[in-house]
Amino acid sequence: MTDTRDICTSPSTPRRRFLIGSALTGAAPLIARSEPVAAAEPADTSDLRKPTSVDIHVNGRPFHLELDTRLTLLDALREEIGLTGAKKGCDHGQCGACTVLIDGRRELSCLTLAVSAQGRDVVTIEGLDGGGGDLHPMKQAFIDHDAFQCGYCTPGQILSAVSCVREGHAGSPEEIREYMSGNICRCAAYPNIVAAISQASEQMGE
Amino acid sequence: MQPFHYSRPVSLAETIVSGTQKHSRNAEATATFLAGGTTLIDLMKLDVMRPSHVVDLNSSAREFSAIRFDGSTLRLGAFAKMATVADHPDVISHFPVIAQSLSLAASAQLRNMATLGGNLLQRTRCAYFRDPSWAACNKRSPGSGCAAIGGVNRQHAVLGTSKHCIATYHGDFAQALMALDAAIMLIGPDGARSMPFASLHLQPGNTPHLETSLRPGEIITEILVPDGPWTRRSRYVKVRDRQSYEFAVASVAVALALEGSMVTDVRIALGGLATTPWRAVDAEDLLRGRRLNEASATEAARTAFAGAVAQAHNAFKISVGQSAIVRALLETAAMEAHRG
Repeated sequence: MTDTRDICTSPSTPRRRFLIGSALTGAAPLIARSEPVAAAEPADTSDLRKPTSVDIHVNGRPFHLELDTRLTLLDALREEIGLTGAKKGCDHGQCGACTVLIDGRRELSCLTLAVSAQGRDVVTIEGLDGGGGDLHPMKQAFIDHDAFQCGYCTPGQILSAVSCVREGHAGSPEEIREYMSGNICRCAAYPNIVAAISQASEQMGE
Repeated sequence: MQPFHYSRPVSLAETIVSGTQKHSRNAEATATFLAGGTTLIDLMKLDVMRPSHVVDLNSSAREFSAIRFDGSTLRLGAFAKMATVADHPDVISHFPVIAQSLSLAASAQLRNMATLGGNLLQRTRCAYFRDPSWAACNKRSPGSGCAAIGGVNRQHAVLGTSKHCIATYHGDFAQALMALDAAIMLIGPDGARSMPFASLHLQPGNTPHLETSLRPGEIITEILVPDGPWTRRSRYVKVRDRQSYEFAVASVAVALALEGSMVTDVRIALGGLATTPWRAVDAEDLLRGRRLNEASATEAARTAFAGAVAQAHNAFKISVGQSAIVRALLETAAMEAHRG
């Protein structure tokens, strides 16, 4: 698990291609505020597979991507940007492994089109820690309580847990279980996950 | 997933034009609106929905996300997120059945994504509808038959079915709106209009593919819920196969106005049991003017299922549904409802 961390967090070593900064506008802006709709949209006969420009902030950094409209945010994060922390479990919004924070709220990146994440702020497990090298209290709590076995669901669990605390729904073990029910753990580390969230909830001071 | 054109109009006027142009320009073209995406993207991945155009409403409809209660009407923007409404203090204290129906639905992540309007328009979870490798589904392919009738139908409806479709409407929030006589505001190519929420969903009958009375290009913009002597004493009971993050086997929304133990008004809506959001009108009529106790609640619960039609695997839903009604009525009666 830990051996991939450096790869994931280092912006200079992306696993796959990504484009930053200056625009490669192969596709015209789909809708311009001042233009009539019919003129601004591609005609029905145009190539549906032509890439669309998307600007997304991920972990505080801007990314300019040229994407197939069908790509989910999860696939864009993993395949285009190279951040493989968010995991693909069911790919249908049923397991929570793909949970990321979008504009500060926990959402499912597998049910989010990357093009519709235009202009939004995304935080993945790689971007959860502040600077300074200290682990986020939730990450430390998961280690302290051994709140995982195989670790596949853990990035989603941790981001969901951070959100659970921030939403004010970590007041009791029962409330934590209810508000964490969107994150499935096939190893059934649930008792330890609840203990970890209880600990981090106090430390996060929210 | 089929390739599609994506657009994100910034004004509602453009959205309306955009949605209708797609329909008129090409008979093969199908435009679909995208809000939270939790149903649409799922069904597009499954190839159940194959829109040629996806019109993203998230820039143009943001104005319809406010939550306001003026003492007589609760106005919920249709683009408000489920989680936001579930946690809203006015909703929790004045309309508990709405808050509970939302917080007991889906998962925290999905509630952060899904809008109220999209939640109301969610599609059935019928496994045959969701899997195009089954040829027979009158919802997906009109006239192709129904694989669920005679198939595995434990999850399917016992109320409002037809010989063409037995797919369950699984939503929770809709049951609260049914119980509270909500209305919805719409905007579309022909302008704005309103309708009772109870008129939105269509029973399958001979045309299971026609699920709502929305006209092409219409969008739900707002949900209006009138305050009443029953709204504070209201509750949502959800019975499921696991404790959390699961669709209802049976659910009951109850709103109750009592004088002592005498029922002055009662509203009962049922989820997980019917093909559409379902109001148990006969059960309500039986209870009005009577004392609420286990005997009268049981009688009302039986009445609610008088027209039920069970399939091979779902007859248990009738007794589970009846028990859920009794429990919901008695728990609601026991609430310490304060007067607003």
